[in-house]
Amino acid sequence: MAQTLYDKLFDSHVVHQEEDGTALVYIDRHLVHEVTSPQAFEGLRVAGRKLWRADSIVSTADHNTPTTGWDRGIDGITDPTSKEQVVTLDKNMKIYGALAYFPFLDKRQGIVHVIGPEQGATLPGMTVVCGDSHTSTHGAFACLAHGIGTSEVEHVMATQCLVAKKMKNMLIRVEGILPAGVTAKDMALAIIGRIGTAGGTGCAVEFAGSAIRALTMEGRMTLCNMAIEAGARAGMIAFDDATAAYLKGRTFAPKGKEWDIAVEYWKTLKSDDGAHFDNVIELRAETILPQVTWGTSPEMVTGIDGRVPDPEKIKDAGKRGDMERALLYMGLTPDTPMTEIHIDKVFIGSCTNSRIEDIRQAAWVVKRLGKRVAGNVKLALVVPGSGLVKAQAEAEGLHTIFTDAGFEWREPGCSMCLAMNADKLEAGERSASTSNRNFEGRQGTGGRTHLVSPAMAAAAAIEGKFADVRRLV
Amino acid sequence: MDKFVVHKGLVAPMDRENVDTDAIIPKQFLKSIHRTGFGVNLFDAWRYKNEGQPGMDNATRPLNPDFVLNQARYQGASILVAGKNFGCGSSREHAPWALQQYGFRAVIAPSFADIFFNNSYKNGFLPIALTDSQVRRLIDETKGFVGYEVTIDLNAQTVTTPGGEVMAFDITPHRKFCLLNGFDDIGLSLRHAEKITAFEAARKARHPYYFNTRIA
Ligand code: SF4
Repeated sequence: MAQTLYDKLFDSHVVHQEEDGTALVYIDRHLVHEVTSPQAFEGLRVAGRKLWRADSIVSTADHNTPTTGWDRGIDGITDPTSKEQVVTLDKNMKIYGALAYFPFLDKRQGIVHVIGPEQGATLPGMTVVCGDSHTSTHGAFACLAHGIGTSEVEHVMATQCLVAKKMKNMLIRVEGILPAGVTAKDMALAIIGRIGTAGGTGCAVEFAGSAIRALTMEGRMTLCNMAIEAGARAGMIAFDDATAAYLKGRTFAPKGKEWDIAVEYWKTLKSDDGAHFDNVIELRAETILPQVTWGTSPEMVTGIDGRVPDPEKIKDAGKRGDMERALLYMGLTPDTPMTEIHIDKVFIGSCTNSRIEDIRQAAWVVKRLGKRVAGNVKLALVVPGSGLVKAQAEAEGLHTIFTDAGFEWREPGCSMCLAMNADKLEAGERSASTSNRNFEGRQGTGGRTHLVSPAMAAAAAIEGKFADVRRLV
Repeated sequence: MDKFVVHKGLVAPMDRENVDTDAIIPKQFLKSIHRTGFGVNLFDAWRYKNEGQPGMDNATRPLNPDFVLNQARYQGASILVAGKNFGCGSSREHAPWALQQYGFRAVIAPSFADIFFNNSYKNGFLPIALTDSQVRRLIDETKGFVGYEVTIDLNAQTVTTPGGEVMAFDITPHRKFCLLNGFDDIGLSLRHAEKITAFEAARKARHPYYFNTRIA
């Protein structure tokens, strides 16, 4: 029978299945970070259980790590509770071991979803889990990747398996060519705007179509990363030459003859013709504009030529209430053009948009505009996704484009994406952010987040308000 | 894990959609390396008037009187009823931990985000999906009648209102079995340890490149 990519990935990992469909699914790669692992290691210890397979683990500290002051070593983490988490991960890694551990201050440290693929630790055909919802990112490599909770982290540590039920198959097909200046991030936001933040709930989403195949691996990761914001636990894209080209030669990718054997298998990692999808969504790439969110959920989004919506025009009382609450929180007036919204801070980074291509795009915009960060922008941060991305950008001279224009060039980590470290918005401050969530308080209590692409964030930093990057290209 | 069999309790309404995990338990409280102590910071940004930080004495913080759970009539509530897509956002299990440690045993909504839904079960905290109109009615009745209590019977898979209306809900047999008995998933899965070992060996033979053991 014709199978979808998800069917193939799921079925090839079933160890045992109950009558009601509940399955024990084998996990190939377990990514571990400092926030969601301490209780799992603790649980393992308390129950007197062993870690099943240390060499399935790739681990790093990213959520709490500061983006400045690395020269002071571990003392650079000034918040004692943050430091405790980072130190606890160090201890647990010493006790239990891992295939690879990139601790705070390591040159290869970075956001877990950036370093997995970068190290070739995420491979096609794998099951990849992490106690982090944006694990969907890794699905860009034709693997089944999704976030899990801490109890599940412990479960994987103890059994190398996860208890799971098969999800539904959903296909999002984007055909055509993205307009110049429009990126994978805009595509992701446009999709969420269309189907809503619960649109993919209960589904594994496969992205397909000519516009998806045309994306670089960086773009594909951005798109799969945002699948969770559409409610889908997993997003994925079929294997092709671009996947192979990205992986070849990376640290944990197969080498020599093994590589050829692996590629032969990986070529089968696509949906068969005629495979059944429970739900199909189709979009034309040409219709997608640069996107900006205006509310407190990623589905509250519009094109750059749009305006802040007017709740008065909404019939559904529930939706109207949500919109009113969002506009009140965001401090926005209905009908304001998006290009008239001024910002206080800019954040270029996060597992959505902190890879080399993202940094290049932002740098290109800064250079093209040829001006400094606007006077009303108090802080414009560029936070590379990993130490290796940072080194690459510096080798290309991108960091000086930013620093010359008044941006701050920081050390890698999650940073202002969730503001667990010192990088945050103060109450009432408004950001243009390349991250993935604009929930209330996400970037700091009372902070107001507008999600955009790296190019749009760079343009907003220079103009002091949102601007259409299409006119630059 | 806590057993869940029958629970009768006071209901509190959270009449909004897309209640996200950042709202349920803001990130500054995720810095703990423990599993407990999250209840006092449940819905922290909505519940208190000042910004909460770990280690604060919450008893002295100014409460937001407009927040539903701060109203006298909802003190002691153990069942939350909310709008669709409850628990969306991050994978933090701290969200069900916080709800549970606050005193909730169950949350009823038209739909839930997948990871939150899963995480809840792992802790003996029951997420119940009912239809839009059933949830609407529960929210309205909860607001309308002080002391509104419902009974959740897991074995029968029903929610019963004070008026005697019975609403049925779905749950997979596996989850029901675990909750009714308070079984921990890990113990159950380890009964299949031999199967796991055999699967692993076969996979390694066929796809050795997934079993890199080089420590970097
Ligand atoms: S960058 Fe943001 S979304 Fe990504 S893993 Fe870090 S905190 Fe989570």
